[in-house]
Amino acid sequence: MATADLVTPFIDRYHAARTAGLPGEDLPWLEQLRADGIARLKTLGLPTRRVEEWKFTDIRKLAAADFQPAPAIDGALHPDLAYVLAEETADVTAVLVFVNGRFRADLSRTDGLPAGVTLGPLSTALAKGDPAVATHFGRVLPDVERIAASGFLGLSTAMASEGAVLCVPDGVTVDGVIAAVFLSDNPGENPVITHPRLLSVIGANAEATVVETHAGRDGAGPTLTNFASELAVGDGARYHHYRLIRDGARGYHLANSHVRVGRDAHTDTFVLTLTGALTRSEVNARLIGCGGDLRVSGGYVGDGRRHIDNTSLIDHAVPDCRSRQVFKGVLDDASRGVFQGKIIVRRDAQRTDGYQLNRALLLTRKAEIDSKPELEIYADDVKCSHGATAGEIDNDALFYLRARGIPERTARRLLVEAFLAEVLEEIGAEPVRERFTALAAQRLNAHAQPVLEEAA
Amino acid sequence: MLEIKDLHVEVDGRMILKGIDLTLADGEVSAIMGPNGSGKSTLSYVIAGRDGYEVTQGDIRLNGESILEMEPEERSRAGLFLALQYPIEIPGVAMMTFLREAVNAHRIDRGEDELDPLSFAKLVRAKARELKMTDEMLKRQVNSGFSGGEKKRAEILQMTLLEPSICVLDETDSGLDIDALRIVSEGVNAMRSPTRAILVITHYQRLLNHIVPDRIHVLADGRVIRSGGKNLAHELEEHGYEGLLDDAA
Repeated sequence: MATADLVTPFIDRYHAARTAGLPGEDLPWLEQLRADGIARLKTLGLPTRRVEEWKFTDIRKLAAADFQPAPAIDGALHPDLAYVLAEETADVTAVLVFVNGRFRADLSRTDGLPAGVTLGPLSTALAKGDPAVATHFGRVLPDVERIAASGFLGLSTAMASEGAVLCVPDGVTVDGVIAAVFLSDNPGENPVITHPRLLSVIGANAEATVVETHAGRDGAGPTLTNFASELAVGDGARYHHYRLIRDGARGYHLANSHVRVGRDAHTDTFVLTLTGALTRSEVNARLIGCGGDLRVSGGYVGDGRRHIDNTSLIDHAVPDCRSRQVFKGVLDDASRGVFQGKIIVRRDAQRTDGYQLNRALLLTRKAEIDSKPELEIYADDVKCSHGATAGEIDNDALFYLRARGIPERTARRLLVEAFLAEVLEEIGAEPVRERFTALAAQRLNAHAQPVLEEAA
Repeated sequence: MLEIKDLHVEVDGRMILKGIDLTLADGEVSAIMGPNGSGKSTLSYVIAGRDGYEVTQGDIRLNGESILEMEPEERSRAGLFLALQYPIEIPGVAMMTFLREAVNAHRIDRGEDELDPLSFAKLVRAKARELKMTDEMLKRQVNSGFSGGEKKRAEILQMTLLEPSICVLDETDSGLDIDALRIVSEGVNAMRSPTRAILVITHYQRLLNHIVPDRIHVLADGRVIRSGGKNLAHELEEHGYEGLLDDAA
């Protein structure tokens, strides 16, 4: 099927959504963004493997599915989702919950935040004419189409109706974790789609930690989350943003994150991909002020026929910034991992310190990792290094553990856990690091969930 | 008691051990000495059951039962212990987790309850103190960032915790300064017991001043070419392996 034919149904659904009404239709800036988004979708189409950034992730079959808008779920959650939600909201300062792209005020809690901090659904922010949203929504990296073209992002902006918005004023510290939980459910068999958003605007010298969770359940029909997030981190701010993917066996997740890091700001991001049929996490980050420090890292567990793609681009636009990308994953059965990491160091970005590492542990011969590190350096005084390895379990270590009486199964589990534990050290916020480490260990112990053929 | 009978072993199609007969009797400390490449480490790995060492002839029996078909973990639980010449570093696995998994695997095998983390930590700290290992070392990851001496002490700690009936120590003296050598030797000597056999594999006589063996066997080119009492070590020290090899030829 030609790309144009794949795009048409999405455009039709956009017009249907317009007829039904989208939030913020009275806002000219948003109308302009929507028009630009749909134009971008028409121009770029949906990505094929001929597009460099999508070389290893084939979504043609996925895009050809007849995606309907996900149904509203207003009542009780399926017990599996209720369980995940309880886990995700234990010990958090505040939480926003979205189910199938709709805000659930009854499950959310935003009291107890410091004065001046706003946390709420996008629809409310648009209705109120929130100036921070008007300034930043869809504009954190406005010219990003130059570096990463995807029709999905255009579609997301055009369809944008709901999501999480966090604004932390200058100098304010939010203690603890703010949770943004996006749950997907599909009681039927027809594929459903949502387009949730997230916007974090962190003021100068402010500090906050967000855990963004996407979860589904194994018994649900196919769901596609076309997610877009924007993180604007102000000068001198300290921001921690962690993503957690706990999709169901037929959960598909395409995420596009735009990150802008100000002068002397510290931004620490991590994505832990535990379950789901296909997960692509794409990060476009730009350091725009001297002294910025950025981490874009992640860990993943693959089994069955799952596909996990981590693609990132870090753009050093100014001097004296540091960036670090560390991705590690464990691939079992016929699962497949993709790592594409690019660092651009622009002519003026002298004394850039860039580090990039990708390591995959392959547990079977059918498991596969595609790794594409890229450095594009135009400045002459920089320190950039990258490395990529793919390997099997260390036989010496395995023998050593077994020679002490530890059963082979346990020994393998310890070694795989150890491999993932290393990358989880990249997470700056200790309580989140501990929780993610426990979740990863739990995931490695659980029996592999069956993933259907359509995941391929 | 461990009996090695007419043991022939190939590695990658090459014959390394060419018919070894050796008995490690309970209550005794034996030593195997020999030049580099004589097959000392191969012998230790074959006893422990490492992959890649093919027994083409002969047998190894623990208390009368052949162990050749047993997995490394089964041999360990049956009472065999190999202290490695180069203990493996495993970043990401905590030393305490490793020790607890090992001890509990042995306990489950004996039909005993697993030790809870608290009483286990108590036990380990007490044993570690005897080997002059700090609590800080126990908090690290398996052998990660340990000096040569610290690694060897950690091996002896494992041996002390698992209380094996057959202890094989492969080049335990390598990389040790004199103080570490003394601590490690004391640890091994404390393990001497009428119900335990100990085999010390070494290139140098030095270790045998600290762990005095009942018997010494000299290994060369995959065979035991000479056996004797503890004085054999001094003879070797004086004349070197070459003199002995010439005699054997």
